[in-house]
Amino acid sequence: MIEVRRLLKRFGPKTVLRNLDFQAAQGEFVALLGPNGAGKTTFLRILSSLSRATLGEVKIAGHLLPHQSAEVRQRLGVVSHLPLLYGDLTAEENLRFYGRLYSIPALDQRISSVLEQVGLLNRRKDLVRTFSRGMQQRLAIGRAVLHDPEVLLLDEPHTGLDQDACEMLDGALRQVAARGRTVVMTSHDLSRAQDLASRFDVLSRGRIQASVAVSALPQDGVLAFYRQTLEASLQNGGRE
Amino acid sequence: MNAKSKWLSVLDVVSIAGFVAAASMVFFYAPMERVMGLVQKVFYFHVATAWIGMLSFFVAMVAGIIYLATHRTRPDAMKWDIVAVAGVEIGLVFTLICIVTGSIWARPIWNSWWTWDPRLTTVTIMELAYAAYLMLRAGIEEPERRARFGAVYSIIAFISVPLTFFSIRIWRTIHPVVIGGSDPSASGAFDMTPRMLQTFFTSLVAFSFLYGSLLWHRIRMGQLAAKVEQLKLRLSE
Amino acid sequence: MKALSNFWRAMLAIVWKDLATEWRSRELISAMLVFALLVIFIFNFALELTPQTRNDVTSGVLWVTLTFAGTLGLNRSMAVEKDRGCLDGLLLAPVDRTAIYFGKTLANFIFMLLVAAIILPFYSVLYNTNLFVGGLLLVIVLGAWGYVSIGTLLASMAVQARTRDILLPILLFPVTVPLVVAAVKASSGYLKLLDQVEITPWLSLLIVFDLIFTAIAFLVFDSVVEE
Repeated sequence: MIEVRRLLKRFGPKTVLRNLDFQAAQGEFVALLGPNGAGKTTFLRILSSLSRATLGEVKIAGHLLPHQSAEVRQRLGVVSHLPLLYGDLTAEENLRFYGRLYSIPALDQRISSVLEQVGLLNRRKDLVRTFSRGMQQRLAIGRAVLHDPEVLLLDEPHTGLDQDACEMLDGALRQVAARGRTVVMTSHDLSRAQDLASRFDVLSRGRIQASVAVSALPQDGVLAFYRQTLEASLQNGGRE
Repeated sequence: MNAKSKWLSVLDVVSIAGFVAAASMVFFYAPMERVMGLVQKVFYFHVATAWIGMLSFFVAMVAGIIYLATHRTRPDAMKWDIVAVAGVEIGLVFTLICIVTGSIWARPIWNSWWTWDPRLTTVTIMELAYAAYLMLRAGIEEPERRARFGAVYSIIAFISVPLTFFSIRIWRTIHPVVIGGSDPSASGAFDMTPRMLQTFFTSLVAFSFLYGSLLWHRIRMGQLAAKVEQLKLRLSE
Repeated sequence: MKALSNFWRAMLAIVWKDLATEWRSRELISAMLVFALLVIFIFNFALELTPQTRNDVTSGVLWVTLTFAGTLGLNRSMAVEKDRGCLDGLLLAPVDRTAIYFGKTLANFIFMLLVAAIILPFYSVLYNTNLFVGGLLLVIVLGAWGYVSIGTLLASMAVQARTRDILLPILLFPVTVPLVVAAVKASSGYLKLLDQVEITPWLSLLIVFDLIFTAIAFLVFDSVVEE
């Protein structure tokens, strides 16, 4: 579903991603781990067609970026740490606006079912400005899945949420994943990532350093795996 | 790329020689204008700097267009951004010299340092637009975005250049027109004798060489600065 | 054909969204309006507008007021998109970037005309003159379009800069001075009841600027929003 080959991204003289390779098959839920500044957000922005790769090949659902970005965008849902919602519109109006941009047929029905899915049906007529952080984040997910995308990209979706909100969010994410959608999520929260994801990838020094199926790790072995990978990557980096 | 090109050294010598020749012609070869006297001699460099200023903004716009057309496909497109900045900076300096020399001439001829004449107004707006270009760049950290926005603004700001050039031909103005007939309301116009014409064209050619040399130096400086940035980053990694 | 209908749908969706948000908050219009009235009052005292001098400066005061208020509105309209990541939301949608540009520009155009529609009667009452001259209204429509067409483009650059609060007027004013001059001359021509022959060159200049600004923005907007 997602194929990335020898991806290179430079900002001026600074190289953020160097020859990154990444694959995700349909139905996989990949948790992308890594220290701050490793390039996770940059990587997601390139996958989401908001930023262009300096070099390398990015293919999503069989379409190449950036040349076929319109096709890719139609199949892509994105949740960032900003809500991407208008505070002065109601929940329903926000979805209706984005629905029009995606040319979704039978929009009213779709909006109701999405609002129900993220548990905001009773707040549909309220301004997003009045929503708590957790509710905004759930609506952001609703916004991202409105056009039923094949690929969902999430950048730190749990940031700033309390325990209850996190669980609500996880519930919404599980529903998406259960429908065979491909999900890539960056996270700092290892235990939460372990609950949701089917695979861990560690991004450090501009590359995917390790990739492991969650089922292959012991229940309490995630942190150890993460630390080992990081240390190994730093040592390798020193030798480069 | 780092060693100074032999041709640049040649160009330096040619522009210095040309400048000296032009200056000597202005003072010793060109005859004294009957009505205006000594101050008329400002004219030779005034027009030459105006020409270089506009040419330089044109260079910046062309570099901006090439950058926008190539930055997505070619990793080395940044070199056009260096050319664009060089063009704007040099254009700003020459236009400023042009305004100042114009003022020096205007004091005795128009009896005032400044008038709100269309030509004077448009040339100042042009200068301000390119000053805004530098401020825009100063406000952006990320090199690619700075280059993209700079290229866009160098195109928009260029609208002021033809406006300045044609202002004395469109509107009634007291500013004399050198090429083509002057408006009868212009004050301070004069007919050039052959010697004046020769001096005038020598100045234009000399300044063009000087411009080529300055532009080349400034581009080289930009390339070296980019290199320094790269080395700094490699050290800190 | 499908591409064209998608373009229209996206553009109108953005206009609808901007109008709906504005209808809720009334932030933009009220700020622009109060600011515009303040500018008129400041002019009144700064220039000591007597009935005689007033006629000469009316169109100037009017356009300075409109352009200053317009800057305020343009900055706000793009800052709203930038702050909550909504600009990314727009860019993530499978719509043409120029549809986004024209949607935002059209919305800003409507806001500017609304402000003008409130200022004109207000000014007419305050100074006991009639500003509802057909020609003047045409000039306002042409001038406002030129101003917002380049202003929307520059505002979307300005909000992405570190110095975004001060940048827009600095970028916008030098570029739009010729447009504003043409608008002032044409307006005062109509207010002073000059012959159409004397006004037409300024009107043509306005139209030329409208076309140039719109064409440039159309061509480069992509490079301003896409990384």
